[in-house]
Amino acid sequence: MHKKDIGLAVLVLTVGAIVTLVNPRFVSPVNLANTANLIGLFGLFSIAEAFVIVTAGIELSIGSVIALLGVIFIDLIASHGVPWPVAFAIVLVLSVVIGLLHGWLITRLKLQPFVVTLCGLLIYRGIARFYTRDGTAGFTFGTDLPILEYLFVGRTAGVPHSVMAFGVFAVLAWFLLHRTVFGRHLLAVGKNEEAARYCGINTKRVVVTAYVLCAFLTGVSAIFFAMYTKSVQPSSHGNFYELYAIAAAVLGGFSLRGGEGSIVGVVLGVVLLQVLQNLVNLLGIPSSLNFAVMGAVILVGVIADTQFHAYRQRRHHQATRSALAEVSRTPSANS
Amino acid sequence: MTAAARISLDLIGITKVYPSAVALNQVSLGIRGGEVVGLIGENGAGKSTLMKVLGGTIAPDEGEIVIDGKTTSHLTPAEALAHGIAFVHQELNPFFNLDVAGNVLLGRELRSRPFGFIDHAAMAERVKPLLDMLGARFQPSTQASELSLADQQLMEIAKALSTNVRLLILDEPTSSLTLAETQRLLDVVRRLRADGVAILFITHRLAEVEAVADRVVGLRDGRNAGELQSGSINRDAMVRLMIGRDVTQFYTPPQARQGPVVLRIRNFRTEAYPQAPVDLEVRGGEILGLAGLVGAGRTELARAIFGIDPVQGGRVEMNDKPVASGSVPAAIAAGICLVPEDRKGEGLFLDFSLSENVVMPNLSAIATAGFVDRRAEMEIADRSRSRLSIRAPRLDRAVSELSGGNQQKVVLAKWLGLDPRLIILDEPTRGIDVGAKAEVYRLMRDLAEGGAAVLMISSDMEEVIGVSTRVAVMRRGAIAGILSRADLSEEAILRLAVG
Repeated sequence: MHKKDIGLAVLVLTVGAIVTLVNPRFVSPVNLANTANLIGLFGLFSIAEAFVIVTAGIELSIGSVIALLGVIFIDLIASHGVPWPVAFAIVLVLSVVIGLLHGWLITRLKLQPFVVTLCGLLIYRGIARFYTRDGTAGFTFGTDLPILEYLFVGRTAGVPHSVMAFGVFAVLAWFLLHRTVFGRHLLAVGKNEEAARYCGINTKRVVVTAYVLCAFLTGVSAIFFAMYTKSVQPSSHGNFYELYAIAAAVLGGFSLRGGEGSIVGVVLGVVLLQVLQNLVNLLGIPSSLNFAVMGAVILVGVIADTQFHAYRQRRHHQATRSALAEVSRTPSANS
Repeated sequence: MTAAARISLDLIGITKVYPSAVALNQVSLGIRGGEVVGLIGENGAGKSTLMKVLGGTIAPDEGEIVIDGKTTSHLTPAEALAHGIAFVHQELNPFFNLDVAGNVLLGRELRSRPFGFIDHAAMAERVKPLLDMLGARFQPSTQASELSLADQQLMEIAKALSTNVRLLILDEPTSSLTLAETQRLLDVVRRLRADGVAILFITHRLAEVEAVADRVVGLRDGRNAGELQSGSINRDAMVRLMIGRDVTQFYTPPQARQGPVVLRIRNFRTEAYPQAPVDLEVRGGEILGLAGLVGAGRTELARAIFGIDPVQGGRVEMNDKPVASGSVPAAIAAGICLVPEDRKGEGLFLDFSLSENVVMPNLSAIATAGFVDRRAEMEIADRSRSRLSIRAPRLDRAVSELSGGNQQKVVLAKWLGLDPRLIILDEPTRGIDVGAKAEVYRLMRDLAEGGAAVLMISSDMEEVIGVSTRVAVMRRGAIAGILSRADLSEEAILRLAVG
């Protein structure tokens, strides 16, 4: 896992270096800050997705949840005059409720995560569109609520707060997954749920907690996105974001079969995806090719990883063989 | 079977190197049609690799294969099949979504004209005589998912026989069979031998080798360890061949010093047999063997006591205190632990390291504020490795790299840290080598002599009789009877098991 992270870091740096050589604007402070902001925004829900994927589950409703919670947040403040901290709390509570619901359906009714969250993807999107009568929920309260504006879209020493939040949550997530008992249980349940039960692990509770964590982080991310775009168009806001999240997690070494992956990896995965987006702009590639470039790089990365792994296996094999030849040359008397 | 010419096969100086180890080192083996050769050796001795060479799924790095007078460096799977080499693997992988005929003729389905749809009637007709010959009590149309483990085994043998078999390789064919089923299988082996088929019989059950083999080939650490000819095949000689020394005091029950009742179950009804209430007591200091036919409800009873499966009624008491049913954490808190039958599926996290596996049920004990103390983890793993003599070079490597016997020791090590009051072992020595078996017995004895209660489920008669203080025999979910050590015999157990 460690080696995978290093490989990914090398890939990120290589891509970054190439873009810089072709178009030095890549490293301009403005561009770096903008890219960092996007990394923060996309990173929050990518970490969320990683916690579900590690249990061998999947969460497909992230984009729809971001749209639904986004319009609710804006509506509460703009149309109902709810103080923003209260609106913030309501959104987080709603996100936890969504996570509990998904976890309950998956563990108690034994539905497949793919099905549950696919239905969530459709349902939340539909509710968001109905709630706003398919109109764009825009607002201008940024100037009226300077604290809210500062917290979610402001910068400190030029660093966007979104990427700071991402950094904080990434560190917390790293400790949670790689250093705590709960993290061990997450990996165990993802790798072999039956064996985990035999170890006395409450596997249902672990899985539900993973979906709640995921939904909570998605809720936080929904507020960052709403504040960033300043308007939520319920039919398109957050579309396909779950796929970014899955891509980042897979790049980061998370297996869709569960039980493995590293937080450092998913962070690097998010960075790579955003650098690729940026690359399309900076290198003058038609933006319609955006997804194609991303898909191609992920595919090449995954192929390189498996090939490198196979190469190491072969080298190890060679080493063992020559060691055997060494042994064979000195005849043994004991057989 | 058509009367094909008898096979003549020689492997000469076969060497195969894997990335992590030398699996075979200059191994030779010959076999002719009409003979049964027993292949014995500890796990990791190279038996499986040798089989794969015969099946053509791996190519040896050195050596040659002489088959019917023709020499080649390796076989392809298609060539192996064409030469009439067929396998029954230890790990059965039937297609549960197909019926028996579909499994037996998989990839060789019979088709009807003119559209080429699968002709189920013709397939059933082809398969039926094979099932009759094996004495199977199921039909070609039976769904594979409805078969017991023993019947799945028979189905696999039928599959091997449905090809033009000249060399049949049986890998641990009896590990999940009861005594009667084993006898039936050995009869089939003898009949095939009379028909001129060569049979390579791989097993850890030495009594079966003794009963059926004409010759025994031993492997040790990937090398030929020697051969036994008919007449000199006996248990002691085979054990010497496998481990290179005598195993003294292989079977010893614990010193009789019975403590108070540790586990008491009353009127206990499992989901598998809700009409058969079970009452049972296990005392500290004893090893209670739980015998019975496969499907008698032994595993289900163990799972229910441990809280894996919900319970239909009745109660479990540990040291006179009731234990909440249907909860593994509650069972563990009460001092119960279970070493499951399916080591890879239920006992281990194969891709996880030895240390991660060992501390998994006991993580909170080595955690501060939810954070795992990784130094303590390594220390515990290291202690377990020496206490159980687990042969593993590193604590941070995946347990999938270990042999079966060492994997089983890791499963045991998981529970020792919790200082169990009752340890339930479900087929604890299934598919592990003699050396590891002796270690497992020693450990069970140590636990019992330390005051714990041991409940051992086993289908291996020799083992049940050898290591148990008392034996409870189950039949159709109920306890058919309990035998004290003085009354133990295969006949007595079998009488109760069959009823």
